[in-house]
Amino acid sequence: MANSFSSSSSSSSLSMKFDFDEKPHVLAVDDNLIDRKVIERLFINSTCKVTTAENAKRALEYLGLADGQHPNHNDLKVNLIITDYSMPGMTGYELLKRIKESPTLKEIPVVVVSSENIPTRINQCMQGGAQEFLLKPLQLSDATKLRCHIEKLNNPLQGGVAREDERA
Amino acid sequence: MDSVVLLQRQLVDYTAQLFNEGFLDDQFNQLQQLQDESNPDFVVEVVTLFFEDSERLLNELAKALEQQSIDYRKIDAHVHQLKGSSSSIGAQRVQKVCIAFRNYCEERNIEGCQKCLQQVKNEYSLVKTKLETLFKLEQQVLAAGGSIPWPMQ
Repeated sequence: MANSFSSSSSSSSLSMKFDFDEKPHVLAVDDNLIDRKVIERLFINSTCKVTTAENAKRALEYLGLADGQHPNHNDLKVNLIITDYSMPGMTGYELLKRIKESPTLKEIPVVVVSSENIPTRINQCMQGGAQEFLLKPLQLSDATKLRCHIEKLNNPLQGGVAREDERA
Repeated sequence: MDSVVLLQRQLVDYTAQLFNEGFLDDQFNQLQQLQDESNPDFVVEVVTLFFEDSERLLNELAKALEQQSIDYRKIDAHVHQLKGSSSSIGAQRVQKVCIAFRNYCEERNIEGCQKCLQQVKNEYSLVKTKLETLFKLEQQVLAAGGSIPWPMQ
């Protein structure tokens, strides 16, 4: 089976709390090739490692959540999952639910993105446990903001006090 | 006047024109922002992917609209893809036609769809030519020893 994931990373002198090997790892799920490339670059430029998947099924396989798989999460380190909503087969919402139902993966923040601003869709995703719902096209400021959030999740005691982030 | 400066001026003016005429929007600037020394060809790479993907989608759309029995869901799926990628690179006029195209799909309006296909092919062809010209101008600046003045808008 052809590997439809791709991972890339680059070193950067702007890396803050993470060492090169500890850069936050983002899993980006989108069926649109151009969007995958742009999202990948957005997060690499925000000093993250990125793995892309072209649909929810591949994402679940990567996460070890596919049917018949035995999750082995010792090696898996994903700090953020960002998924398109409208995808053939399984939607981003359905992917979100599967992740949130997993005892081992439910803590990973999942951000849903969509080109369509539909309030019922947004509510559905937020009710389903999404960290955030963002409109496409994504911009560098979105990636930077999300990276800061991952940072806080990984270093909750930085600055002395653990704080809840405000929801958008 | 220094030839590098002249070429840069040409590039800046041409880019401004594309924005003024609505061919490109701010998302194209976002792509430029993502390009740096470690990734100097990012914009060209993404736009090239866009060209390839769009041509594939336009072919699929033409085929789908020639069928005896029109599959509007399939057409809508293709247009959705095209709308998404044009939006992601800032090809505003292509994106706008896609929005109208989707509305006609929803209404199952064959004539509307055919009209939109023609329009989106035109807009795609236009933006492709203009982006290719833009990239050529960039190459000329670089070949003359200059750098790309950014931001250009």
